[in-house]
Amino acid sequence: MADKLRATQQLEQLQARYVGTGHADTTKFEWVSNIHRDTYSSYVGHPPLLEYFAVATGEPMAKLRVKFIEKMIQPAGKPPEKED
Amino acid sequence: MASTSNMFLYSLSILPPSAISQAVLGAFSGKKQQEIVVAQGSRLTLLRPDASQAKVQTVLSHDVFGIIRSLASFRLAGSSKDYIIVGSDSGRITILEYNPTLNKFNRVHLETFGKSGVRRVIPGQYLACDPKGRACLIASVEKNKLVYVLNRNAQAELTISSPLEAHKSHCLVFALVALDVGYENPIFACLEVDYGEADQDPTGKAYEEIEKMLVYYELDLGLNHVVRKWAEPVDRTANCLFQVPGGTDGPSGVLVCAEDSIYYRHSGRPSHRVPIPRRKGATEDPNRRRVIVSGVMHKMRGAFFFLLQTEEGDLFKVTLEHEEGQVERIRIKYFDTVPIATSLCILKSGFLFVAAETGNHHFYQFEKLGDDDEEVEFTSDMYDPDHMEMLAPAYFHPRPAENIALVESIDSLNPLIDAKIANLTDDDAPQIYTVCGSSARSTFRILKHGLETTEIVSSELPGVPSAVWTTKLTAEDDYDAYIVLSFTNGTLVLSIGETVEEVSDTGFLSSAPTLAVQQLGEDGLIQVHPKGIRHIRADRRVSEWPAPQHRSIVAATTNSRQVAVALSSGEIVYFEMDSDGQLAEFEEKKEMSGTVTCLSLGEVPEGRIRSSFLAVGCDDSTVRIFSLDPDSTLESKSVQALTSPPSSLCIMSMQDSTGSLDPAAATRSTLYLHIGLYSGVYLRTVLDTVTGELTDTRTRFLGPKPVKLFKVVAQGQTAVLALSSRPWLGYSNPLGGTQGGGQYMLTPLSYPALEFGWTFSSEQCPEGMVGVQGQNLRIFTIEKLTENLQQESIPLAYTPRKMLKHPDLPLFYTIEADADTLSAETRASLISKAVETNGTNGDTTPPHNELPPEEFGYPRAKGHWASCIHVIDPLAKFPLQKIELGENEAAFSIAAVSFSSQDDEVFLVVGTGKDVVLSPRSSSGGFIHIYRFLENGRRIEFIHKTAVEEPPLALLAFQGRLLAGIGNDLKIFDLGMKQLLRKAQGTSIAPNVIVGLQTQGSRIIVSDVQESVIYVVYKYADNRLIPFCDDMVARFTTCTTMVDYETVAGGDKFGNLWLVRCPAKASAEADEDPAGGHLLHERSYLQGTPNRLELQAHFFPQDIPTSITKTQLVPGGKEALVWTGLQGTIGVLVPFVSREDVDFFQTLEAALRNEEPPLAGREHLIYRSYYVPVKGVIDGDLCERFAVMGGKGGEGKRERVAGEVDRGVREVERKIADMRSRVAY
Repeated sequence: MADKLRATQQLEQLQARYVGTGHADTTKFEWVSNIHRDTYSSYVGHPPLLEYFAVATGEPMAKLRVKFIEKMIQPAGKPPEKED
Repeated sequence: MASTSNMFLYSLSILPPSAISQAVLGAFSGKKQQEIVVAQGSRLTLLRPDASQAKVQTVLSHDVFGIIRSLASFRLAGSSKDYIIVGSDSGRITILEYNPTLNKFNRVHLETFGKSGVRRVIPGQYLACDPKGRACLIASVEKNKLVYVLNRNAQAELTISSPLEAHKSHCLVFALVALDVGYENPIFACLEVDYGEADQDPTGKAYEEIEKMLVYYELDLGLNHVVRKWAEPVDRTANCLFQVPGGTDGPSGVLVCAEDSIYYRHSGRPSHRVPIPRRKGATEDPNRRRVIVSGVMHKMRGAFFFLLQTEEGDLFKVTLEHEEGQVERIRIKYFDTVPIATSLCILKSGFLFVAAETGNHHFYQFEKLGDDDEEVEFTSDMYDPDHMEMLAPAYFHPRPAENIALVESIDSLNPLIDAKIANLTDDDAPQIYTVCGSSARSTFRILKHGLETTEIVSSELPGVPSAVWTTKLTAEDDYDAYIVLSFTNGTLVLSIGETVEEVSDTGFLSSAPTLAVQQLGEDGLIQVHPKGIRHIRADRRVSEWPAPQHRSIVAATTNSRQVAVALSSGEIVYFEMDSDGQLAEFEEKKEMSGTVTCLSLGEVPEGRIRSSFLAVGCDDSTVRIFSLDPDSTLESKSVQALTSPPSSLCIMSMQDSTGSLDPAAATRSTLYLHIGLYSGVYLRTVLDTVTGELTDTRTRFLGPKPVKLFKVVAQGQTAVLALSSRPWLGYSNPLGGTQGGGQYMLTPLSYPALEFGWTFSSEQCPEGMVGVQGQNLRIFTIEKLTENLQQESIPLAYTPRKMLKHPDLPLFYTIEADADTLSAETRASLISKAVETNGTNGDTTPPHNELPPEEFGYPRAKGHWASCIHVIDPLAKFPLQKIELGENEAAFSIAAVSFSSQDDEVFLVVGTGKDVVLSPRSSSGGFIHIYRFLENGRRIEFIHKTAVEEPPLALLAFQGRLLAGIGNDLKIFDLGMKQLLRKAQGTSIAPNVIVGLQTQGSRIIVSDVQESVIYVVYKYADNRLIPFCDDMVARFTTCTTMVDYETVAGGDKFGNLWLVRCPAKASAEADEDPAGGHLLHERSYLQGTPNRLELQAHFFPQDIPTSITKTQLVPGGKEALVWTGLQGTIGVLVPFVSREDVDFFQTLEAALRNEEPPLAGREHLIYRSYYVPVKGVIDGDLCERFAVMGGKGGEGKRERVAGEVDRGVREVERKIADMRSRVAY
């Protein structure tokens, strides 16, 4: 029992520290939003990747960076209605 | 080891990335002088702007083997030296200090705070330092913020506290800046959005109501904790923040820049707002709102101002009127236009450094500050500070620069979009042709290996001189006084002064050719001619030593105290200056076995009275070293056998990190014997100063002509000028980083071939060289030793997409396209319409005249494309023809195809897309244009175009027909009279979109935008395209090349390089059956093709590869894979030949990882394995750190590393240098 408790505690700690750590009840929406947010933050965080987008679209990097972070707010549309 | 890979490559960079992701200003050397530290890919570079010469010098470039994401500089109170904080992908905060005496970065602190890698919640994206240097905040895009308190201890050393957390979940950060609060508690301002509620609300109402907040985080220095002190909603479109000076200098607070507006905000203070003026012009959309993309605040003499840049590059000067800490109003007016910058730095000396986002970086000088011009000024009095209110737009007219003048443009290849390597000029080595830049600032660049030279004089002489010398008159002189020219039958002396003119009363013998000229002792001069040695004293007394009867002098060498000559009989006569300035002959002559071809003495070392060695080269292909010590004069010390008779010798000491330490100059130097051979080979060997033994020989082929060597001075260091079929310079890389320079470099000069060379020093030109070329006397200098690739550029119109070399002719064709940009046609019609309605009235200002787009860019409009095809003559460096595409078409692919149905005539094929939307991908169709080559390819003529369903992104000539990748289909076309005729089709060959094609025989390599490469075979009998092998890893392919029939090398969008190979069995089976029935019915494996590719090598160079070619870079060198990266990197992958070398370099790499861990705290092995574990590639850039490591504070490091691989330090150095010189520069 103590082991199980510790495992739960460890998982909770992980979830608190690392955003996006899943659990048994992760919904598809949560998972997808999380992946998208990770993706956008990666675009912003890797200078060559951001430049690649900037050159293709002809927009300045500073503007694209804000655009991508803006997209992180709701990357996968509205959350679904809760069923309960 | 064999189980990991059977193929090993050595990765080297030839040109580091030239993109600057951030630049910070500071006094890093601790002197008054301001310096700039820039982040370029994985490199930290220190630039030193020189105000007197108005130039920017690169002082140091250090590869940190990590992704540098943010930089900040700070200074502890009362100190005069700035430190650098680096936010990288190492999950650690790094504080560096620049050591100017050793010219290297020292790591002061390295504190771990999280996982490594670029992650959403690991700080490193944003970094801000309190202006008083008391604390810094490092933040991630989401949630995490850490504050470190910076202080100093009793020993005045910098200390860093443990981190204080200011985390807030569901919180996205858009911008971060430190407030200037004087000596009150440090405050950091953030632009934040909380998405927590929107994530829970299915109605979407919470999302609509999201507010962007300006949040102050205060570090309470007394309680040692961070509080979220103040939060206030700001404009939803706010994107960046700027610090407003506080304390005694100003009102404190921040400028919040949003779409169309700039606000002043501070807690407890009224806010103000000004609009961002929009460009006015016939081609401008008056409703388009601008945002600020970069900016800089500058303080001077109690006042301060901001220069803020919009997305078009327009700089606006923003000033704040304030009284008693209260801002009264903001003023904004147009300043000038510069390229869009990632960072702007204003120097106290009155310069502006613009780290351009694309293209060359610019260095401007301020001429005025726009204080009293007629520019329209907008003040905040007229505008409501409430961000919910709409703003009346403000307009201005852009105009050519008035306030700043460009003084230097620093070459940058960033973004490098495509490259081809070819030898079009019939030089020894091929040139690299690239297309780079974006929009109107894009260029076609030609890169050539060589050092830049500046010619000072080139004048024709009456005859063809065989040699030239310069000489001073006395030992104390700073500059040379005479130029001595030797002709076949005489000698000419020119004096150097205001003008260069002939002088006859110098005491030089003018009726005979000269063999050597030397300033001897205090004030004597020596002329060696075939019949004797002439010693000219200061009072013009001449004493002459005649050569023995029936013999003449064939070779001579001199230094300031010694002379040695070789006679035609093979004897060597040695002289030394005695105490009263006389030349004394050494009684014994040394008899050599063969004819002496060359001699060298070397300089007299400082504090000695003689050079202790004489090197003698004989025509029996040997070099002998003789001792000149008084007790063993002309005793043989050592012999070196050569492959060919030596043509020239030169003993000189050069800076070298392995050499003995010279405490006076704090540099290390080694005595070298440089040997040039008649066969064109150049050797450099170490000459032991005690025993005279020759060790560590390095060889390099310079050209087919005999090599002549001269000691010269370039940029303050002694260097060797080696003349063969082209001139070369041997020097140590000034960007080395440790004492006494780093690697030894041998680079050709971009200068005509010279027959003879010497140093030249005058008041105007202290470090020049003089040379003889045919009948011309030329004087030149070398400006930069830091750049060994020279660039020449031809302007292009729009962002280049691809380039093509004509299959036979030295001509290039580029396709260019700009998204959301008005096409030339639309621009012209808008302007003519404006002229019609308004009339010109002789007005030449906008809107009636377009401003030059290279400086001001093109007018932008959503959904429009501007695109063109250029024909470029790279030899004349001139664009020959430009074809603008209309009807909103944009060119994406290009190929030259010889159609067998048209008697193998070659046509230019261009694939375009109509109304293309990049994301999400859509278009209203594509076209394939056919052009005929006219006038030997110098012009192209449109024939017809064929509509296809989607824009073709890949075109290729294939077996006398055209192969096109259209969407995910492969199609084969033949040329018809009215349009292309489809001959074969393979549907859904690639999972997504085909972006590249390669072929050999009937095999086609298809690259998919997301799913790596697919091997396809074309079965002629069945007219079928059958995929038979694909990859198991999703690689977002950017470029590929076939290394051999089975192997493909490529790069992907995340910055990886890889080599994949088709299994031998699958490869053979694919070609077995001419009909392909067997292949077609083979069972698919896991929803893919029946076979899978095997990964051979994988490497993460960070930069995104944009082209990769298998080619030879140096004459006589091995073939290697040359790749170019988006940020301007050029690198090579060199295959290893022997297993021993692989083992050696693997051990070396492992040892270096331990002894020279990356500066920013990233694990080297993990960095190179960023996405996929590194496989079969050895990092040559890390190995080359061996040459520059050690030095003070790192004593014994090199020895330890060399010990690990069981070699000597010099041998390790040689092996590393050989790896480079065998294939690259």
